[in-house]
Amino acid sequence: MTATVITITSGKGGVGKTTATANLGAALASDGAKVVCIDADIGLRNLDVVLGLENRIVYDIVDAIEGRCRLRQAMIRDKRLPELYLIPAAQTRDKTAVSPSDMVRICDELRADFDWILIDSPAGIERGFQNAIAPADRVLVVINPEVSSVRDADRIIGLIESEEKGPASLIINRIKPELVQRGDMLDTKDILELLAIELIGIVPEDEHVIISTNKGNPVVLDDKDRAGKAFRNIAKRLQGEKIPFMELTVPDGFINRLSRMFRPGGE
Amino acid sequence: MADWVNRIFGKEQSSAAQAKERLQLVLISDRTDLSPARIEILKDELITVISHHIEIDPQAIRIEIAHDGNKQRLLADIPLKSKRKIPKQVIA
Repeated sequence: MTATVITITSGKGGVGKTTATANLGAALASDGAKVVCIDADIGLRNLDVVLGLENRIVYDIVDAIEGRCRLRQAMIRDKRLPELYLIPAAQTRDKTAVSPSDMVRICDELRADFDWILIDSPAGIERGFQNAIAPADRVLVVINPEVSSVRDADRIIGLIESEEKGPASLIINRIKPELVQRGDMLDTKDILELLAIELIGIVPEDEHVIISTNKGNPVVLDDKDRAGKAFRNIAKRLQGEKIPFMELTVPDGFINRLSRMFRPGGE
Repeated sequence: MADWVNRIFGKEQSSAAQAKERLQLVLISDRTDLSPARIEILKDELITVISHHIEIDPQAIRIEIAHDGNKQRLLADIPLKSKRKIPKQVIA
């Protein structure tokens, strides 16, 4: 086994990096892969609560780096899936407690035992981001279809390229099909044209994500869920399968059709 | 409601189209580290330098940064003023 290291990043905070990491990890693990998720957001850890593993933390990544425990002891196994593990971030330290070479060393130690290592990057372009992308074989950039997120993603994509970690792939998260159809939200085509980057997934806005995060259950574990399906599709694409992108349509009401008819170049 | 009416009759661009247009401009300045104001200065300086050598019409000059994928290019369209006036009968 030689793991592929995937870093999930975004530039802007709050776009769904942690949700994406948790769900991709769970989706890959439910496909039978051996997966470890690493929370690289030192000082603001959250991957543990999103995965519902917050009560089981004894050691964290900084304990492992500073030699207070072995790396294995900092790994928490998710009991819902056969082979999903979490290495939590430290909560009472800051980004400087970890260096890019520490991250490379940790991932190299894990590579032989896993199929996938997913790293949840902190927001921003400083040390935490540098730490998160240092060991990456592939980088996924998560955005929301709005101006500040797209702008920050463009910066991040440039930085990923200058670190020779590119080309990155894009996840557009929280698309609202009805807003896109009305012409009030950037659509996939606009975003790809602006960012000139390969698309790996489109995830619709879905209240089930909030509900499942409340409970600490990754949404991919729910078979019927749309956002869950979108994340499962991304996991399949990571594994090399060709899966068509989800059609995100809303029922074509009279007003929608009318406004599209009159709008110049509205489609 | 007024928004919606304007949009149906094509008076106003959709907000998504506005977002895209604004992003196109802001990404160009972010990527090149050139603000729109600096591009104006660049344009004036180019006009001065070129005018030393050839006669041009400053009003007709178009300078812009175009992006093609993640590559930027500076495009300058500078029509020259022709010294040689072609006599009308030749054209006819």
